[in-house]
Amino acid sequence: MANQPLWNQLVFYFTHNGMYLLEQFGRHFLISFYGVLLAAIVGIPLGIYMANHFHLGDFIISIANVIQTVPSLAMLSIIMLWLGLGVNTVIVTIFLYSLLPILKNTYTGMKNVDPNTIDSAKGMGMTPFQMLYMVKLPLAMSVIMSGIRTAMVVAIGNTAIGAFVGAGGLGDLIIRGTNATDGAPLILAGALPTAIMAIVTDLVIGLLQKHFEPTGYYKTEE
Amino acid sequence: MATAKEIVSFKDVAKIYRGRAAVTDVNITIKEGEFVCFIGTSGSGKTTTMRMINRMLEPTKGTIIFKGKNIKKYDPVKLRRTIGYVIQNNGLMPHMTIKDNITLVPKLLKWSQEKMDQKARELIKLAELPENYLDMFPAELSGGQQQRIGVVRALAADQDIILMDEPFGALDPITRDNLQDLVKHLQETLGKTIVFVTHDMDEALKLATHIVILDGGKVIQDDTPDNILQHPANNFVKNLLGEERLLQAQQDTLSVGDIMSKNPAHITLGKSLSEAIWEMSRHHVDSLLVTDDSKKLKGYIDLETINDHYAKDLSVSDIYANNLIKVRANSYLRDTSERILKQGYKYVPVVDSDNTLIGIVTRASLVNVVFDAIWGKDELENPEDANLPASITEGSEKA
Repeated sequence: MANQPLWNQLVFYFTHNGMYLLEQFGRHFLISFYGVLLAAIVGIPLGIYMANHFHLGDFIISIANVIQTVPSLAMLSIIMLWLGLGVNTVIVTIFLYSLLPILKNTYTGMKNVDPNTIDSAKGMGMTPFQMLYMVKLPLAMSVIMSGIRTAMVVAIGNTAIGAFVGAGGLGDLIIRGTNATDGAPLILAGALPTAIMAIVTDLVIGLLQKHFEPTGYYKTEE
Repeated sequence: MATAKEIVSFKDVAKIYRGRAAVTDVNITIKEGEFVCFIGTSGSGKTTTMRMINRMLEPTKGTIIFKGKNIKKYDPVKLRRTIGYVIQNNGLMPHMTIKDNITLVPKLLKWSQEKMDQKARELIKLAELPENYLDMFPAELSGGQQQRIGVVRALAADQDIILMDEPFGALDPITRDNLQDLVKHLQETLGKTIVFVTHDMDEALKLATHIVILDGGKVIQDDTPDNILQHPANNFVKNLLGEERLLQAQQDTLSVGDIMSKNPAHITLGKSLSEAIWEMSRHHVDSLLVTDDSKKLKGYIDLETINDHYAKDLSVSDIYANNLIKVRANSYLRDTSERILKQGYKYVPVVDSDNTLIGIVTRASLVNVVFDAIWGKDELENPEDANLPASITEGSEKA
């Protein structure tokens, strides 16, 4: 086996462990997805709140910035001390890493809504809630989506490291590959799907983002 | 139109930002159907004053009454839905179609879809735009078209009063002109009350039926455009109006009575011709106005006629000419000056309603008006002394 070309070994691995690979693929994706989802659930409302109380904005964003500077492996280890081994540790790490881009983009998106538009919405008699969901959110949505997109791509990469704390996912294959003699096919079997996942996710969210773009905005520029 | 009801009134309103007064002592009454312009330089408080009407800003002091009720008693959101609102950069929702934009307030008021569709079609017609624009987005329209939508949007829920904050400030002069016409037309045909903030005096004079001039947060003058033009409250208002407009206004509104010379040279019917000649030489003139004993104007007599018909026993009544044009003291100068200057009369006698001679307008008095206009009024405090002999002398040159 080991004397076969790398490509053949890889194909062999895919054909014989296809189901396992798919399982890890799904697991990997879900870990990233949950982390980002949690970050979105927290980050979007927080960002909206910050945009309305702007003296808070810089403070919270600088905290999120600090979190971002901690290396992912270190972060993972620190959280492991608290949550122990397993998936939860990884999800929390992903959550912390996704918070910054989502928060920042939500904040920026909300801030960038033309004050004239908001003034006229208010002047026409919208309640604050109506202004939020009829005006501000639709106009900020594409910027918010781009934050989620960044977070998701970063999360897929970070989840691979999560294998160190026993969360599983495609990182598992990579780690096993690094530990084995002639582990190149294993490494590739883990790394290639991870890369593909990141690229495809990026594309899909990119399409979603386009969909959320305020329709009228860019028409004249075309 | 009889006695228009008050729709908004400010009572001692002040707005203070961090100890600095933006607006103080504002007392304005706006009646239904009025087109009110708030005019002033930037920082004069005109926008602040306007924005207090729909509670975008809350007054620090004083009360604002809207339709007989203190605005503080209204729910601000509901209040705003009954007041149209147009701002400078149109404030259209960029992510909504023109139709959704127009029917935004009706939507907030939960109208039925059919009613909203119908309203949208009705309003796009008022905006003088084609109906297929309803499905477009604001960015696809030109600035002027967008503001047309902005204007008609403020009418969507049949608001009685519309606030406009420098709505045409960002438009080019031609588009602005068209939109002013549109707004004026809508206001006149629909009978809406409009409160219009501007810094452009031309705009205010063109549109307003009621102008409020603000400066430094205070109301300087609150009157009709005509009254403001005729009686500017102080130098600030004069500057705002500009020399040129004041002059024009003056010419438009000056009456003959304002500039005529009083006590023109005249003679009564019964006097003899020699007395007439003596009177002429006394006044250095070549013609005299002829009146009867009760000073009713009868005609005129000039030196030439006396020369031709001179006889000792004739009196003025025998040879005076009565083909004389005359003007009433309260008629406008612009009409009279036209007669004098274009038709070549040397003078026009001025009479009151029962034909009593009370003055005369000569070419010289017209020259004085122009002189005043150029050099200012102050230099000729007492025009009467100077005018009379000179003015009639001028005629003698031709005799």
